[in-house]
This record gives sequence, structure tokens and C-alpha cells, in this order.
Amino acid sequence: MAKVVGYRRPYIGTQPKHLHPSYVSSIKRAPSKPLIYLPHTLSEITGPLFGKESVDVKASDLTNQHSGQALGERIVVSGRVLDEDGRPVRDTLIEIWQANAAGRYLHKRDQHNAPLDPNFTGCGHALTDSEGRYRFVTIRPGEYPWGNHHNAWRPAHIHFSLFGPAFATRLITQMFFPGDPLIPFDPIFNCTADEKARNRLISVFDWETTIPSQALGYRFDIVLSGREATPMEK
Amino acid sequence: MSLWASTSQTIGPFFSIGLARIKQDNLVGEGVSGERVTIEGRMLDGDGKPVPDGLVETWQANAHGKYAHPEDDQNKSLETGFKGYGRVMTDDQGRFQFTTIKPGSVPAPDGKTQAPHIAVSVFARGLEKRLVTRIYFPDEPSNSSDFALNLVEPERRETLIARKVADKSGMLEWNIILQGPGETVFFDCGL
Repeated sequence: MAKVVGYRRPYIGTQPKHLHPSYVSSIKRAPSKPLIYLPHTLSEITGPLFGKESVDVKASDLTNQHSGQALGERIVVSGRVLDEDGRPVRDTLIEIWQANAAGRYLHKRDQHNAPLDPNFTGCGHALTDSEGRYRFVTIRPGEYPWGNHHNAWRPAHIHFSLFGPAFATRLITQMFFPGDPLIPFDPIFNCTADEKARNRLISVFDWETTIPSQALGYRFDIVLSGREATPMEK
Repeated sequence: MSLWASTSQTIGPFFSIGLARIKQDNLVGEGVSGERVTIEGRMLDGDGKPVPDGLVETWQANAHGKYAHPEDDQNKSLETGFKGYGRVMTDDQGRFQFTTIKPGSVPAPDGKTQAPHIAVSVFARGLEKRLVTRIYFPDEPSNSSDFALNLVEPERRETLIARKVADKSGMLEWNIILQGPGETVFFDCGL
């Protein structure tokens, strides 16, 4: 068995802490004891891999999963998945989910008084290509109120779930939209100390992926943990 | 070039619309060898209340101690019916359950082998990033020399070891206590 080369640990401040009291749900769910540092072993540098057989290519278009077109502003969300060395993460599964244009999720526990759209389920998935690229067509999700504090509203966002090559690279995050006035007030967005790291969760409006007469384009690149240098690379 | 890994954000309460598609509560396909086990448990918060919007993902080796992954170069057999990945969601009472096989042992950093274990990621509303933990097996002599269990204070190790359920052979109980008395041991695995 070759020596195990682990994945890099996050830079200070670039990841949220578990307890962030202004995000009220964290108060009773964050562990109270310190985490125990686990060196990466074969169990952490391997992980589930999903191939083309687990993907429906039509699932990257969230506007066209029903008999009619989804309501709302059609958008293209695309980008690349890279590791911390800037290398593409190929053939990795991305799953997304979001509220509809009115700010309502198709979920039994979402009680927001906004209409559901029979033509919008709000979920999609795709594999990255050989350059780490992905592309979704969807509608711009609405902002919605939540119970965190008085008059709390979530900025518009899309949830992203990624696996990468290993158990150690698993990531779930959210993509936000540029210019959203709610972002600076969002306790979930603000859980991360480092401003630059936070701001990388905000997508960039992009003319190059905007389709004339069809859809505005937003770019959202995602970085997964990179590999520790191997002795040979040093 | 050195980028920073993207910032984790909570899975939120409504993830099932996006993640239920590849729910995997039975990892055991046709012709898979090994001791079949069903692991059931509850996810509870610091008040002992159920977490009805939790996600539990698991990753493990097969009964030979081989991971279905190209970086596992051990000379051990793969089995086509066993991929080693599980994904289950908690119900309104915070319960979850999945069926798998007890994995074989895999190499440890100290040159020894690790006791049979399942790597676990826990996600929930309120958790801005996942919690990483492990499930070990009862009556397993190699637990006492397992390098990861030995990183944990002795009185907390039992939170990582599933318990037999009386009168139910093949059934194990393993709970996830996010906070407070009996808090599950969580590891710093990076992200």
C-alpha cells in the first residue's frame, strides 16, 4: 500500500465555525466539545464516485421538467469545479436545489405564503466534464422570509452539493446573486469570518454565457480541497 | 497556484427535494459477501429533541476491507454489488436506518490496520458545515488498538461504537447526539 497523501485543511477563517449564535439554529445543534483532529487515512482519501450511469442529462435544465415552462426569469448558471491547485475536478456529481421564482420550495415543511409552480420542482444534477465545467439552466430563485429573527429574509440562493474525488472533499454550499441587498444581513452567509472567502459565494454576472433573447448568465466557480504535496513534488 | 476551498454553507431544511434521488438505505447488492447489519438511530439536538431535517451519508470498505475507489491499491477483491456509499434522511422523529455489511479492516497510518468502521458525514439545518464521525462495531477486539478510537478520551469512545439491539440479530443502534450529555465524538477532517 502506497503512503496515504491527505487533503489540505482549510485556511484560517475561510470556513464557518459550527456555533454562530446569530444563526439561531446553530445554537442547539453545534457540538459543544472540540473536534478531534483526524489524520486522513485510506477511508478519507477514497470516497463515492458517480458515473454517467447515475446521471440524467436532462436534469441540468430545471425549467423544462414538466408539461409547461417554469415561471420566472430564466438564467444559466455555469462554472468550473477546481481543486486548490487550480486543477479541474472531472466527472464529479453536482446536485442543486432551490426555491421557485416566488421564493417557495416544493417541500412539505415550507409554509411560506407564496405560490408553488406546477412546472418547477427546483432540483437538478449534472456531472462535470473533462475540464471540470458544469452548466445548469434554471430560473432565478425568489428571496423568502424565515424565522431566524424579526423580519428575516434569505437572499436569493441556490444550494450546491459536490463530492469531489474523496470523502475528504465533500462540500455543500450555496450560490448567491450579485447585488442582492439582503446578502450583508444574512446570518448564514456571514458565518464565515474571512470576507474574501464569503464573497466567493456570490456568483458573477457574465455576458459570455448570457444567451441573447433567452437567459442571463451567472458564473459560479467552486473550489474543493486540494491534495497535500507528495514527497516527490517537494 | 493556490486557491482556497469554497466556503461551506448549511444544507438547510429543504434539501430532500435535491438529494432524495440518490437515497441509498440498502448498500447490499446481489452476491455481496459479509455480515449483513441494519444500523438504526436517531439524530438529537442539545435539548434531546429530534432533528427532523438531518442527512446522514456513509462511506465504507467491503467485507474484504477494499474501497470501491481507484486510490485503494490493496490486493483485495472488489464486489460489483457493493459500492460502499449510503445516504439516508432523518424522519420527523429524527430516526434514520440503513442496511449494509460489516466492512473488513483497512490500513492505518501507524502501519497497523484500522478496526472495521464506517465513515459518516452529518448534515442538518443549523450546521454550516458537515460533522464527520465514525461508526465502529460491538464485540470487535481490534477496537482497542484502533488509531482513531485511541485519539478519543476513553469515556467518549462508546459514542462511536454501535450497540447490539436485544433480540434483534443483525440490528445495531447508533445515535447522533449533536450536543450536550452523551455528545457524539466528531472529528476534524478538514472541510
